[in-house]
Amino acid sequence: MAFRADQPPVSALRPVAITGAGIFTPMGADLAENSAGFRAGRTAFRPVDLFDVSRQRVGTAGVAELPGRVPGVSAKSWQRMDRGSRMAWLAAREALDTAGLTGGDMPVVIGTSAAAMPVGEKYYLQSIANASRRGQLTRVETYQPQFQMMEMMRSLGVRGPLRIVSNACASGANAIGHAFQMVSEGKAERVLAGGYDALCQLVFAGFDSLQALSASGIPRPFDAARDGLALGEGAGFVIVESLESARARGADVLACVLSYAAATDIHHLTQPHPEGDAALTTMDKATRAAGLEPEQIDYINSHGTGTPLNDVAEARAISRWAGESVGKIKVSSTKSAIGHLLGGAGSVESVICLLTLRDQFLPASLNVREIDPVVEFDLVQQPREVPVTTVLTNSFGFGGANATLIFQRDGL
Amino acid sequence: MIRITGTGAVSAAGWGTAALMEALDSGVRPELSELSRERADGSAATTPVLRVPAAPSTLPKSPRLRRVSPISKFAAAAAMEALGPDRVAKASSGEIRLGVVCSLFNGCVNYSNRFFGEVLTDPAVASPILFPETVFNAPSSHLSALFNSTAPNDTIIGDGAEIYTALEIATEWLLRGDCDGVLVVAPEEIDWLSAEGLRLYSDAAIPAEGAAALYLEIAEEGPRLLSIPDPVPLGPGVGREHALKEAAEASGASDDGRTLLADSRSGVGRFDAPEEVAFASWSGPRVSVKPVLGDCFGASAGHQLVAAVERLRRGDAEEALVITLGGNEQVGACRIGR
Repeated sequence: MAFRADQPPVSALRPVAITGAGIFTPMGADLAENSAGFRAGRTAFRPVDLFDVSRQRVGTAGVAELPGRVPGVSAKSWQRMDRGSRMAWLAAREALDTAGLTGGDMPVVIGTSAAAMPVGEKYYLQSIANASRRGQLTRVETYQPQFQMMEMMRSLGVRGPLRIVSNACASGANAIGHAFQMVSEGKAERVLAGGYDALCQLVFAGFDSLQALSASGIPRPFDAARDGLALGEGAGFVIVESLESARARGADVLACVLSYAAATDIHHLTQPHPEGDAALTTMDKATRAAGLEPEQIDYINSHGTGTPLNDVAEARAISRWAGESVGKIKVSSTKSAIGHLLGGAGSVESVICLLTLRDQFLPASLNVREIDPVVEFDLVQQPREVPVTTVLTNSFGFGGANATLIFQRDGL
Repeated sequence: MIRITGTGAVSAAGWGTAALMEALDSGVRPELSELSRERADGSAATTPVLRVPAAPSTLPKSPRLRRVSPISKFAAAAAMEALGPDRVAKASSGEIRLGVVCSLFNGCVNYSNRFFGEVLTDPAVASPILFPETVFNAPSSHLSALFNSTAPNDTIIGDGAEIYTALEIATEWLLRGDCDGVLVVAPEEIDWLSAEGLRLYSDAAIPAEGAAALYLEIAEEGPRLLSIPDPVPLGPGVGREHALKEAAEASGASDDGRTLLADSRSGVGRFDAPEEVAFASWSGPRVSVKPVLGDCFGASAGHQLVAAVERLRRGDAEEALVITLGGNEQVGACRIGR
């Protein structure tokens, strides 16, 4: 039961673990490939060949290599799923595998922004061309994000209520946050949560129209002369589970989720408050809820898009949040390596945080030539092999969606 | 006790809950209009639709609403009505921490359609003003800005029964103490793309637009939110009639003759068959919004909820079971008491 007026209030919050994780990005098709790529400081940008970019200012992005067919999914089901859903399927499958699960009953919480937009684009093109209805009903049906995710769930053998959060570029983080709250408050024992987005023409052209894309195609988050973001595509999924359940079934615990916080930046539809007020709110709330001080955070995976406005607002928010400790706070933006994965960014970056905890390294903010003077934290410009126990990830989106998650190694 | 202490609606019947209830009470469908366009091959495409009448001058003058598409205007009007002037003032001054949950099925189709058209013509001059308004969470973002609220704001997407998950999120926020009150809003707009898309399912379907808003808070008076069962997933091998019965049973509603059934029947036989069978013997009062107001995608379930709350306030029933057969995801339901 989702809600009952006579249900007793939550008496105590339960500890929450991550028992499985999966990732699919331009850097690689799984945890191992992504860990190796980020540890080596590689980037993954190439010319976009998925749609016509010949008339755009920018022609490159973090384009992922999607396999034609994969074992474990029927040809019919794979055919029904669009590019983004296939990425989601691959990441979700890995999350289930690493958790030692083969599916089962659990709620599913998904974050996405563009969803199956490429299918919508095809429907539009057919509609304006002529009166033929051939294939149009299928396109209308498969364009709907819930259709895609229900198909993915069926193919993975996962049964449960589906919740799709679409808070622009914070969606993936919100999805994991919702799952964390469900588990910590006893509404679910475990939840499959994650986010995804694939590149599509409408969104690519949209960011280009806003002149938000780096003209050089090289995003340089926190560089003094940064000129915009690069788009990417991919998916990140986790199994969020009560620590008690994880222990009971002998599952490996990748990390504990300590806290989640969300807030709304009402400054402007597409621009953050210059001082990063909402980001400060979520970082403050999240650290307080985790019972931590800023100096106890070993690493921040920043939102760090590489746009002039985002990076200055986030840098100021981090300075205000950390106070005198700011020089010790290690920060990087992995968007410098794989691009901005939009609705998938928050969940993919959460999985990258899990990799830093598992493999004890910090990924870099690449391509920085001269650090912006607003940066007071320790900007990680080369991958570092260091002890990491507690990490924080920020995600911000159009519309003012702000989210922060904190993860910690188990057993601390 | 979580109660629904405010309702708001925009529909083909007009701007406001009163217009919606008047239309439902009379059973008279507003006049149809047509969406027409010419295809590239010169052929014409015409779709009968139910449009919301021209906007009244009561919409707030906000920079955020200056260039928005209809969906955000509908959302703002319904939300303003559900809050009422006192709570709008309190939210704006920070006296109320106001959460916003928006549920969408169709989303921001007008500007998506226009923007993609511009991209295909010449991406170099595609409007940067349009693009941000194509994003699913644009309407809910405008609401938070309109009411000066930095409290949580979520947009969720799904089929026609998604609003019940929005209600669930609202209860989570209230019980957790994240907010003092939550606006649950289901706005939808139509364009030729979505209108024609709906008619691919049935030529008898009437695409429509509008919004519904509910204000939830922990309060002493007002219709009580009694239960929201987990949505029952649809899919191959799941009988829709069975899913409806399962959701109704899980809600705890009983057909005692004093319980109102607010259902999602539309007047299209093929769509309605599962509900006709599942609730064939329902003995209490019953209301169906779609035959009068058209198929407003995700907003129709919001209209069902508004109609149920208003009927309870009028004393037409002791309780209400509001239930929606989504489409390709779920059956959603909730039970409300006077």
